[in-house]
Amino acid sequence: MANLTTKIGDLTLKNPVITASGTFGYGEEYLDFLDINQLGGICVKGTTLHRREGNPYPRMAETPSGMLNAVGLQNKGVDYFINTIYPRLTVFETAFIVNVSGSTLEDYIETAEKINSLSFIPAIELNISCPNVKQGGMAFGVDKDMAAEVVKEVRKVYHKTLIVKLSPNVTDIVSIAEAVEHVGADAVSLINTLLGMAIDAETQKPLLSTITGGLSGPCVKPIALRMVWQVAHAVKIPVVGMGGISNARDAIEFFLAGATAIEVGTANFIDPAVSLQVIQGVNDYLQRHHCESINDIIGALKTV
Amino acid sequence: MKKIIGDLVVSENIPLKNNHFLLKLTQAEPLPHILPGQFVQLKIDDTPSVFLRRTFSINYVDRKKNEIWLLIQVVGDGTRSLSNCKIGDSLNLIYPLGNSFSMPTSSQSRLLLVGGGVGVAPLLFLGAILAEKGFSPSFLLGARNIDGLIELEKFQQFGDVYIATEDGSAGEIGFVTDHSILKNSFDKIYTCGPTPMMQAISQFAENQFIDCEVSLENKMACGIGACLCCVTQTHQGNQCVCTDGPVFNTKELAWQI
Repeated sequence: MANLTTKIGDLTLKNPVITASGTFGYGEEYLDFLDINQLGGICVKGTTLHRREGNPYPRMAETPSGMLNAVGLQNKGVDYFINTIYPRLTVFETAFIVNVSGSTLEDYIETAEKINSLSFIPAIELNISCPNVKQGGMAFGVDKDMAAEVVKEVRKVYHKTLIVKLSPNVTDIVSIAEAVEHVGADAVSLINTLLGMAIDAETQKPLLSTITGGLSGPCVKPIALRMVWQVAHAVKIPVVGMGGISNARDAIEFFLAGATAIEVGTANFIDPAVSLQVIQGVNDYLQRHHCESINDIIGALKTV
Repeated sequence: MKKIIGDLVVSENIPLKNNHFLLKLTQAEPLPHILPGQFVQLKIDDTPSVFLRRTFSINYVDRKKNEIWLLIQVVGDGTRSLSNCKIGDSLNLIYPLGNSFSMPTSSQSRLLLVGGGVGVAPLLFLGAILAEKGFSPSFLLGARNIDGLIELEKFQQFGDVYIATEDGSAGEIGFVTDHSILKNSFDKIYTCGPTPMMQAISQFAENQFIDCEVSLENKMACGIGACLCCVTQTHQGNQCVCTDGPVFNTKELAWQI
């Protein structure tokens, strides 16, 4: 067995495979299919200060090698998470990372502060792709000043590992990554979903109630890989790579591009136990390439 | 109820009229306990345009032959690929998923099962279980025309079958909601089919103060309550059709009828 442990800020993961937020519930939904204790980590469902009903149905459309979603952060709010879900999670032996979302700066701060008090949660993933309702609905994560501001304020109240999840729907993702690194992010994760759209030509209607939605799945992988590679070269903090990872080979590509850990997302819908296969496959790859540690391949892309 | 992911083998693939087919799946080990109204998430390999699993309600469980039946209509590339399955082919399923139709209470004896199109699928297994438990269910099945009426002879094994077709080519002319059988009294109605049909039946049941359960067919990604894509509006807020349903009592649903 190769050494798969990896570090993101103060957080040590037993292996570099995390299940992505919104694709794995709270882990409990998957207990019939895999031993979740074997996962490096679980990013739980996007959590907001107040309960959110999300968007109307239809929220999902299948696309070539992927899918669009417009769930709209449906969740029962951070207090419900703390009082009802969190106590159930403390029996497991994996890192639970809470994905924190918000519509205002104050929402983010208050939610992060509440999560900070949970001893069993070692990290948050700050989803800055949400619309800022006080700035005309522009996503926090598409503007480097707005992104830096939310991270800076959350940093003041959140004292454990702070991972900032970046939106790919920007002109220059590197400048956003640098901006959040500068104000104290411990790591960045990328990519969130790409804004897309699907139309039913027969009915001449959009396939999502919100018209546009977030694209994920293997179709986004080349874009994700490119962005991870660019960001990993520009920042000193660890990069958590994701976007269409469906097997160990995909994961290896992200490590080579510079990711310190990876997240498996949409693939969980098709193969609920796929993340364990990814862990096994990464280990097999390392052994086959005579690597003692996952660190041997992180950023090891040969460009000459 | 434990969910299983595993491979089943095609034991029969029977072409039916009007682009429907009946897929019978089996395995060496005994199948788990399956309830009427539950569904499977089936993986379709080697069809590039199909990315997600496909959701099918369980049409019938033949315990003697250890078979699950799926009644499928060819509507796209995925179902077309499945229609070409050969005996012995292996298919990967996640099952049994979802809740189930609830059994009638002791005061409910006059039962009507209303199905439309391929939505009749779960009503066969429900009818079989009801008959097995000593009830005498009646079936009201609707389709555009006579070709759209699938598995009629199978339904007839478990109760009286009434038919409505839009063109009058079989049974009474019109929608199921126009059928004269609805003049009779019923204690409970179960329905599955196109949404407008289920809404009309729900409205009828509500007007007549009849207990009514619907099986919804919202589009799903995961099928296990993780992605929150298949939600329907209920009086408790948005709920997942895959885990809180697919069967809902119409009293729970916040349908805009």
